[in-house]
Order: sequence, then structure tokens, then C-alpha cells
Amino acid sequence: MIPAAFAYARPTTVEEALQAIADGGEDVKVMAGGQSLIPVMRLRMAAPETVVDLVSVSEMRGVRDDGDALVVGAMTTHHDVLVDPLIAEHAPLLVQATETVADRQVRARGTFGGALAHADPAGDLAAVALALDAEMVIAGSGGRRTVPAADFFVDYLTTCLEEGELLVEVRIPKLRGEWGVRYEKFNRVAQAWSIVAVAAAVRRENGHIAEARIGLTNMGSTPLRAQATEAALAGADASAAAIAAAAERAAEGTSPTSDLNAQADYREHLARVLTRRAVSAAAGL
Amino acid sequence: MSQITVRVDGVTYTDEVEPRTLLVHYLREQLGKVGTVVGCDTSNCGACTVHLDGAAVKSCTVLAVQADGSEVTTIEGLAAEDGTLHPVQKAFHEMHGLQCGFCTPGMIMASVDLLKENPHPSESEIREGIEGNLCRCTGYQNIVRAVRQAAGEMSAPETTGAQA
Repeated sequence: MIPAAFAYARPTTVEEALQAIADGGEDVKVMAGGQSLIPVMRLRMAAPETVVDLVSVSEMRGVRDDGDALVVGAMTTHHDVLVDPLIAEHAPLLVQATETVADRQVRARGTFGGALAHADPAGDLAAVALALDAEMVIAGSGGRRTVPAADFFVDYLTTCLEEGELLVEVRIPKLRGEWGVRYEKFNRVAQAWSIVAVAAAVRRENGHIAEARIGLTNMGSTPLRAQATEAALAGADASAAAIAAAAERAAEGTSPTSDLNAQADYREHLARVLTRRAVSAAAGL
Repeated sequence: MSQITVRVDGVTYTDEVEPRTLLVHYLREQLGKVGTVVGCDTSNCGACTVHLDGAAVKSCTVLAVQADGSEVTTIEGLAAEDGTLHPVQKAFHEMHGLQCGFCTPGMIMASVDLLKENPHPSESEIREGIEGNLCRCTGYQNIVRAVRQAAGEMSAPETTGAQA
């Protein structure tokens, strides 16, 4: 299958990219790594008039240390995330989740920012961004704005990005203190999407859980935080019993879909089980 | 149409392509590099895997225009000029890491990429490393054996020629 014809722009700077988007006509698609967009275009589920390819915008690649946060360029590939020493040190949860994304060929091209902007609820990285309280830096014709991950994901395949805007980088606050992390993913076959997955970061203090942050993948049209479980864990014993009790509430407030992979009630079951496993591992049990 | 200049298997080509032309179609139909095959056409099976600037990619999920200025290696460019097989090709032959052979070009290109990053993979690391390549014949057993043999051969010290 071959995509429908389109005009192609390959800017080399963010400014040029914004201009190319503005000049691209009615129906412009921004291409990051292309690992979701090209398949969709091949199937003719998308047939944009213009594709603005960010592959040559080098200022959008790479990771830098900005004191309290890491700044990850939106065009940083999954492979580059996996081998980056700063991410390994300050955001190991992102490493664990990225390892489970697709396969090595796709990880060589696919990008962190592209995956977030695509906003597929079965994608692994959005729940991580949510659990780590990441902030999205968005460039537009009027300058830049910063949006918390919680406000970035709006609906199925939909973010708060307005027409003409571009996700340029993601700020990930460094975890301070004694944190443990775990990404638990359930799928049936290699390289498949998550049926459900759970991203957990747990801070321990004197044998207690001081704080737990839990992001849920594919438990609704956007990534979600397991708020009831987080509240139940705050100040709880770092014990198997306390974690199991809190994890029972992991599906509260979620609205998972039913599809060929799983019914909604099975997804709720998975959320509880995977939350128990992820939090237990993150708490060092 | 866009003009691209690409180095493929050691030869530089300058061609006109439509932006929508996929790299795999450019390789097969414009350059005649039919060693790289189209399997699933849905970015799953990995049969079309080639190296783009040294990294394994699915050439059905890259536009030919994106390869402009890049270096591409296909299965046809892997053996030495005198025809000596690459150690991974040789191992697939010797360990019978194929039955119908359709997945083999991609399987070999993915394995070469894996061994470049991890020269001594465990069996599970091999299985994960080639998770982006589907084989519907072998059950993967001999493919994994072949990659292990190739890893051993590629990391073995040279036995010919004295080292002081």
C-alpha cells in the first residue's frame, strides 16, 4: 500500500517548521519519527495535503540537564532515550517503559515527542509523562507555552495542541529522595500495544510510603492517574498487605474500552493486579 | 517529485522520487534491489528491514525522501565484495535458520544491528532483539541458534596471523 500524494516539507529549525505548517494549506500533518503516521497514511486513514517532516530539526533532539528537570527534545528517538545517561539517572521509569515500546527498528525512528503528540491511549509513554508530572513545551506563532501533562492529553488521539502548534520539548522533573520505579505492561505478543500497563513511582521514608505516583495506560481515552490508590498509599506501610489493599482501588475513576483484546471489566482487573505488582516492585518488596 | 541522493550498498544514486514513495519501493522498483522484500506492509513483520545510517529500520515505514543524504545497507550489500558471506549470513545457512526464507533478509539485518549493539546477547536478549521480525515457519529456534553462533564467531579472536 502506498500513501496518497502529498506535498513534503523538511524544515531544519523550529521556526522553519512553524512556517511550513502555516504555509501547508488546510490539512497539514506533522511527522516526527513517522512510525505511527506512515502506517496510517499507507492505510489511507490519513491523507494529508502536506507533511511537515521534523527529521532534520536537530535542535529538537537530545536531552539536557536543567537543574531540577531534564529537558527531552521531542524528536529524541526511543533508542536515544534508552542509551541516555541523564535519563538513566533521573528518569529510569521512562527507560523501563521505552524498552517495551514496539521493537528495535521502530525505536530507532520513533520519537518520544511524536508518541506523546499522537496520544494513543494504548501508547506507553503518556502514562509515564503523567506519573512523572512532566510538562510539555509547545511552540506556536505567538511564542512558547508550557502545559502540564495532565492538561495535555484531552481525548482519544487528541491533545491540547492547537492548529499551527508544535510540541518541541518535554520537561521531566527529577525525582528527589528515595524513589523506586516500575513499569508493568500486559500484552499478548511481542511488539504489541499494551492491553493495560501501569507506571509507578514510589518514594519511601522510614519504612513508609511517603508518596506514590501511578499512571495508567489504556484505561480510558487518555492516560490517567490512579488517584484513589495514590491517596490510599500516602503514609501507608510499605507492606504487601497495605499495597494490595490500595491497589484494589486502581480502577476507580477509569473508563476503559472493550475491544478484541479485552473487555472493560477485564481491563479493570488488570489495572488492579498490575498496580499491585508495579507498586510492590517500586517500593522494593 | 523530489531529488534524492542516496548511497546504497556502496553505490551512490541520484534519483527523482515522489514524496509518498516508501524506501522499500524505491529500493526494489527503482534500484532493483529485490533482496529486500515487502512482507506485511503494516510495519509489523520486519521482512523489509535495512540499515539506514547504520541503524536497522523497517523500510516500509520510511519515506525514500527521508533517506536523502543517507547511507543504506540492504541484505545485498552485506557480504564481502568477493562474495564471502557475512558471519550472520553464514550462520543462518549453517544452522538452517530459515525454511521458506521470506523473513531471512530482514531477520539477518535486524540480527546484525543487534550484535553491533550487544555482541554477546543471551538467548532471551536475542529473542527480544529480533521481536520486530516475524517468522511463520521455523518457530525461531534455529534463528536464535544462528544468531548465537554468529555472535561467537564475530567475537572470536583471530586465529590466523601472530599477535605479538
